Amino acid sequence: MVRILLIGCGSVGRGFLKVISRKMEWLRSAGIDPVIVGVTDSKGGLYDENGLDPEDVLRKKATGGFDNSISSLDLIEKVDFDVGIETTPTNAETGEPGLTHIKKMLERGANVITSNKGPLIVDFHGLCGFAKKRGLSLKYEATVGGAMPLISLIEKTLAGNEVYSIEGIFNGTCNYILSRMEKELFPFSHVLLEAQELGIAEKDPSYDIEGIDTAGKLVILANAIMDMKVGMKDVEIRGISEITPEAMELATRNGYTIRLIGEVRKNTGKLRVYPRLVSKSHPLAIYGTLNAALVKTDLAGEVFVSGRGAGSIETASAILNDLIGLYS
Amino acid sequence: MRVTLEFEMLDIPGQLISVLEPIAKNGGNIISIIHSRDRFTPTKRVPVRVTFEIDETRLNDVIEELKNRNVTIVRFGEQRMLEKITVLLIGHIVHTDLSDTIDRIDSLGYAEVIDLQLSMPEVNYPSAALITISAIGKDEIEKAIDELKKIGDKKGILVIDPVGE
Repeated sequence: MVRILLIGCGSVGRGFLKVISRKMEWLRSAGIDPVIVGVTDSKGGLYDENGLDPEDVLRKKATGGFDNSISSLDLIEKVDFDVGIETTPTNAETGEPGLTHIKKMLERGANVITSNKGPLIVDFHGLCGFAKKRGLSLKYEATVGGAMPLISLIEKTLAGNEVYSIEGIFNGTCNYILSRMEKELFPFSHVLLEAQELGIAEKDPSYDIEGIDTAGKLVILANAIMDMKVGMKDVEIRGISEITPEAMELATRNGYTIRLIGEVRKNTGKLRVYPRLVSKSHPLAIYGTLNAALVKTDLAGEVFVSGRGAGSIETASAILNDLIGLYS
Repeated sequence: MRVTLEFEMLDIPGQLISVLEPIAKNGGNIISIIHSRDRFTPTKRVPVRVTFEIDETRLNDVIEELKNRNVTIVRFGEQRMLEKITVLLIGHIVHTDLSDTIDRIDSLGYAEVIDLQLSMPEVNYPSAALITISAIGKDEIEKAIDELKKIGDKKGILVIDPVGE
């Protein structure tokens, strides 16, 4: 039996509950018997040490049935659990509230899986060291590239390889906007509005379009994969709002497109998020909300991976993968 | 830089080495030698074409030494700019003196702007330009791009460089 405490019941948290419900039989047959002992959001929660029904939690969440007297920190202290899943929203500056949640869960002796970039951007090595000292695991596949298996690809499948560089598209919103601009040659502002109407861009899109989200993911990759010690201040960041239809037209007429590329290089130690010209025959010339990464290594050479970078179920898939990795 | 020299030489042993020695001695890296022994010139000499890479400052020494050895150079071609890169500029490119931007790249000595396509929307809207820069080597390409970015920062022009080139 694996007792799970889920902190954060927004889009990703709900996606995780749906996935657990859908995969329950399979997980049991694989020898993992997940039991949800508690779920919280910013306003309240539910708990039952004998196990909550994920579908029932989803119903109560939708109908305002959470107990307002329960807080995340209370539940972390009160309930016995084996693994804490932290899916609260990212705050790239303070890492909170996820940072405190993760520390407290590790203090309670639980493994932690997170989809929240904030705590890892702010204190990656502190948290990993804290977990390691206690013989616990901190897993974070869902923080970079959603369902695109990048961290596990490098850590497991490419184990033993030295990673020279990673360059990729880590923000589906920007990639959608640039793809549409390329196809229709519409102005940036027009396509942004369209993306907002479709729910692909947030009402306040600055986090995505200014490159901050991509920068946060680069910081995690650099610290986790490239053995670097870097923060947001170390990333050269430029977003996509200056891209004009004329620029896109010139690029496409000459066999290029424009994409927001996040790049980390080990030899120079440089982290950069910048709009770049991408040849249409280059693997990173991908379309729509997809994410993609090109990893350059010493043994395997170049490895390319692409997948859905966001979405409730897709991100939950990465969390589930971490869970299975921990307990299978 | 990459240089191609064409010579005419007598078809007797030891001739070719007298051409290659000065190149090798001055740090030249031979890329190819075409020795057309089946094609004689009217003076019964054999045409030879040698292509090599060499530091620009050493080329004159090679040529001097070849002259001293009485080697007749019939054709001389240099291809200084070996690397090319295409970058996109967005901003008020024309109003911030486009010819100054180009001159400053050309004046680096090791790089030059060889192609430019400009797209200008309505007045007051930012223009876009796709420019191709060539330089004598990969490092020089990077230096030229860094210089262009510095110019761009001062003039408010976004410089978009390519991935994987």
